[in-house]
Amino acid sequence: MQDTKEKYWSPYVAGFVLGLVLLATFVVMGRGLGASGAMMRTVTYVVDTVSPEHVDNNSYFAKYAGGDKNPLSNWLVFEVVGVILGGLLSGLMAGRFKWKTEHGPRITPKGRWAYAFLGGGIMGFGARLALGCTSGQALSGGATLATGSWAFMMVMFASGYVVAYFVRKQWI
Amino acid sequence: MFTPLYKFDFFGVEISFVVAVIIGIMFGFTLERAGFGDAKKLAHQFYFRDMTVLKVMFTAIIVAMIGTLLLNLVGILDMSLIYLNPTYLGPQIAGGVIMGIGFVIGGYCPGTSLVASATGKVDGFIYIAGALFGMLIFGETFPLFQDFTVSGFMGNAKLTDLLGLTPGVVAFLIILMALGMFWGAEILEKKFGAEES
Repeated sequence: MQDTKEKYWSPYVAGFVLGLVLLATFVVMGRGLGASGAMMRTVTYVVDTVSPEHVDNNSYFAKYAGGDKNPLSNWLVFEVVGVILGGLLSGLMAGRFKWKTEHGPRITPKGRWAYAFLGGGIMGFGARLALGCTSGQALSGGATLATGSWAFMMVMFASGYVVAYFVRKQWI
Repeated sequence: MFTPLYKFDFFGVEISFVVAVIIGIMFGFTLERAGFGDAKKLAHQFYFRDMTVLKVMFTAIIVAMIGTLLLNLVGILDMSLIYLNPTYLGPQIAGGVIMGIGFVIGGYCPGTSLVASATGKVDGFIYIAGALFGMLIFGETFPLFQDFTVSGFMGNAKLTDLLGLTPGVVAFLIILMALGMFWGAEILEKKFGAEES
C-alpha cells in the first residue's frame, strides 16, 4: 500500500538537524526549546479571560498572568506557533497531511481517543510538575548538562517502559 | 564572546518573537520529518519495535552539547549566559514518573502532539485537549502541594559538578553512552521490529 508519501528522515539525520536547531537557539537566544510552557500559558489566558480575580488569587496562574500581564506575550508561545506551522509545512510537502486517528490493531479509534485524552491529561499535569516536558527538560536541559533534567529524562523513560506492558493492547 | 546574540542586545523583544516563530518552524519541521507526528511510531519505542525517539533525542543532545562546548572554546559563545534548567529533584522525578505513564497512554509528548495535530491526526487534537485540561487541574490544585514543587532544590546544578569532571570529559562519557545505546537500539529493532510492515 505504498503511495506517494515521502519517507521519514533517518533518525540520526533528524537528530543531527534537531541538534543544530537547538544549538542555533542557544546561540541566538541564550535559551532552549519548549512546548508545554506555551500550553500552560494558553490555559492561563483562558482562565484570565473568564475570571481575572481567580488568576490573581492563585499563585501559580498569577505567575503567568497576574495583574496586567498577558500570558501569551512570551517567547515560547511564538515558538509553538512556529512548531505548528513547521509541522504543517513538512506534512504537506511530504504528502503526509491526512485526517486520521493513529491506533494499534487491537483498539478502535474511539478507544484510542479516550486514551489520548487520559494520557494527555496525565502528561499535562506531569509536565507542569516537572517544570517542563520532553523539549524543555530532556532535550534542552540535557544538552546543557542540567542535573535535574537528566534525572527527569531517565525516570520518564524508565516509567514509560514499566507502564508499557499494561497498555500494550493499545499499541501492538 | 558575542553570543548568545539576544543576551548581548543584538535585537530586542519584538524581534525575538519573530526569531521564535522561525526557530519554531524549523523545530516543528524537523519533528515531523523524524516521524514524530505518528503516535504509533513514538509509542513503539516502549516495545523496542522502533527506537527512533531515543536515536533522535540523543543525537540532538550530543550535537547541541558539542556545538556549545566548541563555540565556547573558540571564544564565540558565553555558556554562562545560556538558560540552565534549575534542579528541583522532588518534582522533576515525580513529574518524570507521571509523564512516562502519560507518554505510553497518550502516545505523544506535548511538542509532538502539536506536530501530529498540524498533520491532521485527530488523536493529536484530543491529546492536546487532555493536556490543557491536565494543566488546568495542576494550576487549580497547585496550592495543595506547593511545598513539594520546590523540594530537592539544588540550584543550577550540572552533571559536571555532580561528577566532579570537566565538561569535555562529561561530554565524552555521554557520547560513549549514546553510542552504546544506538548499538543496542539497532539490535533491539532487528529483534522486535521485524513484524512491522
